[in-house]
Amino acid sequence: MMRHIISILIENESGALSRVAGLFSARGYNIESLTVAPTEDPSLSRMTLVTSGTEEIIEQITKQLNKLVDVVRLMDLTEGPHIEREMMLIKVRAVDGGRDELKRLADIFRGHIIDVTDTSYTIELTGTGEKLDGFIQALDKKAILEVVRSGVSGIARGEKSLRVG
Amino acid sequence: MELTGAEILVRALKDEGVEYVFGYPGGAVLHIYDALYKQEDVQHILVRHEQGAAHAADGYARSTGRPGVVLVTSGPGATNAVTGIATAYMDSIPLVVITGQVHTYAIGSDAFQEVDSVGITRPCVKHNFLVKDVRDLATTIKKAFFIATTGRPGPVVVDVPKDVTAHKTEYSYPKKVSIRSYKPVTEGHPGQIKKAVELLLSAKRPMIYSGGGVVLGEASKSLTEFTRLLGAPITNTLMGLGAYPATDPQFVGMLGMHGTYEANMAMHECDVLLAIGARFDDRVVGKVELFSPGSKKIHIDVDPSSISKSVRVDVPIVGQVEPVLKEIIRLIKESRQKPGKAALAEWWKQIDQWRARNCLRYDRNSKLIKPQYVIEQLYEQTKGDAFVTSDVGQHQMWAAQFYKFDKPRRWINSGGLGTMGFGLPAAMGVQLAHPKATVACVTGEASIMMCIQELSTCKQYGLPIKIVNLNNRYMGMVRQWQEFFYKGRYSHSYMEALPDFVKLAESFGHVGMRIEKPGDVQPAMKEALKLKDRLVFMDFITDQTENVYPMIEAGKGHHEMHLSLERELA
Repeated sequence: MMRHIISILIENESGALSRVAGLFSARGYNIESLTVAPTEDPSLSRMTLVTSGTEEIIEQITKQLNKLVDVVRLMDLTEGPHIEREMMLIKVRAVDGGRDELKRLADIFRGHIIDVTDTSYTIELTGTGEKLDGFIQALDKKAILEVVRSGVSGIARGEKSLRVG
Repeated sequence: MELTGAEILVRALKDEGVEYVFGYPGGAVLHIYDALYKQEDVQHILVRHEQGAAHAADGYARSTGRPGVVLVTSGPGATNAVTGIATAYMDSIPLVVITGQVHTYAIGSDAFQEVDSVGITRPCVKHNFLVKDVRDLATTIKKAFFIATTGRPGPVVVDVPKDVTAHKTEYSYPKKVSIRSYKPVTEGHPGQIKKAVELLLSAKRPMIYSGGGVVLGEASKSLTEFTRLLGAPITNTLMGLGAYPATDPQFVGMLGMHGTYEANMAMHECDVLLAIGARFDDRVVGKVELFSPGSKKIHIDVDPSSISKSVRVDVPIVGQVEPVLKEIIRLIKESRQKPGKAALAEWWKQIDQWRARNCLRYDRNSKLIKPQYVIEQLYEQTKGDAFVTSDVGQHQMWAAQFYKFDKPRRWINSGGLGTMGFGLPAAMGVQLAHPKATVACVTGEASIMMCIQELSTCKQYGLPIKIVNLNNRYMGMVRQWQEFFYKGRYSHSYMEALPDFVKLAESFGHVGMRIEKPGDVQPAMKEALKLKDRLVFMDFITDQTENVYPMIEAGKGHHEMHLSLERELA
């Protein structure tokens, strides 16, 4: 079972997301995360889909995705060098001496404190999923008030690009 | 001049060359029905249940190669059509299904007769659309026909809210449409085709396995030319019957769960297997690990996702079967090697030995009517030239085994979804498309009851279908499995309280016949076929205990067939 990151350019139409999600549930494929937003061309959405499966399953997943009429192009990023990033917003209890400690930890992970109250910090952190996991592990579990993660966005390294035409 | 959405819809169907629309009116499509009323180019066929509309359009499409068109209302109209849409989807049949929808402003409000038709049909259509603006309507209809009929064909649903059918705009029907995200392949990869030809010419025991894709791809002539050139045995799937003439000596019968001994053994023992427009369905393959273990596999298919889905292949060729076969034929003719039956004498000797087992034999001296005999009589008395639709079950398998189809598009059945109730409405579509042809619906007393209401449609439009009801008072295939795998506990497979089919047919204005003795089969069928302008319901009271053989149990290999309860094969 290998983890794959599949990038999809799909027509930005209502129901497009449900076609992708429905395909995965109907055929019993895994979705670890799925992100979607319009691109610089408002008629297109870009999805990053993280899934896992055997070579045969991944082959079927890409073929079935390509078969969806709304899918314009797709690329399995994990076939080549690529960059993946995920953003996390994490709200932690921050009181007394713990506040400095948290600030230092956020700096080490190159996070930013983007909201402050008397008793809490909200930290923005970007990186690979592993880095975000690492930050969570470094925190005192009891201090974590809320975590929200964006899911993975990915892009190929170098000149290789996923675009229409 | 500005037209209403309803007028645009009907004009678009006309401009698309649509002869028949199969449908049923209701609130959300009343504007469209009014537009239909005011013109004479597109004929509407009023069914008695929306499932019948979808199957009838499907039968029309399968027998002509042209897309079938369905028009149903919102809510229950759409949900009733879903079985028919799923049936077409599983067998890759081109349909355009127009579903009415509640007003755009009411969508999502749980309005009367509202259902999320796009959502409900999404997993069983090739694509679907919700038209929210009348200005998009004509282009959307064009796209729907384009998508339904190209690449691997399939049903496309167009959901049209009622207010869109009332709004007005200028009408112009696009001649062509291009969709950037949808570019079906045509030609196969030349390098792959070359590899395939080399493999085929080097084979000592080649085998051709062709499916519904050859019928859909209009490649029957090329398949026949190629097969004769190569001299190899050929089997057809249930969906592919007729693509290669069944009376040709190179044809070894259907393969799979109820395929012939020779077809399945040849699949098992071949050294090069060529699959053409077939999808290695579970009822064909049996247990994947035991499937054709010693062969190099070549697979031609227009749908890349069909390739290596269940069985890994060595030479995949993505492309339309017709151009790929043409190219293969050209390369074989250019080659120095001279293939043919003579070069494969050893292989044919083996196949003829398998053939000699005579796996389709049955008791011809029985005092009861044997269902196989009825199909044989149908074959002989229609000179093998009828269109035969079927429902699903034992009768379907017997029709597939005993009616020798020499032409494509003559055998019309629900292979993928296995939809009981398909046969009669499908026959209506076939008969409308071929008014002079003999159209027979082979069915059973359980299946026919699932769309029996369509007898009324047949009366209204004077469709002289010949219904061959193999009545064994059981859901025969269920009974067969219960006999084999549940120690004869016939749980709810017995048809109690059956109607008198003769009276039933008569009450709908048709001719009914009950045939109870083997000696009466021939004269009754002769009489029925003579009634050219009447629907005849032939109720054959058949042997209740007859089973379909050969049979490969689910999860077994091709070499592990039952030839009968007494004759097991090692």
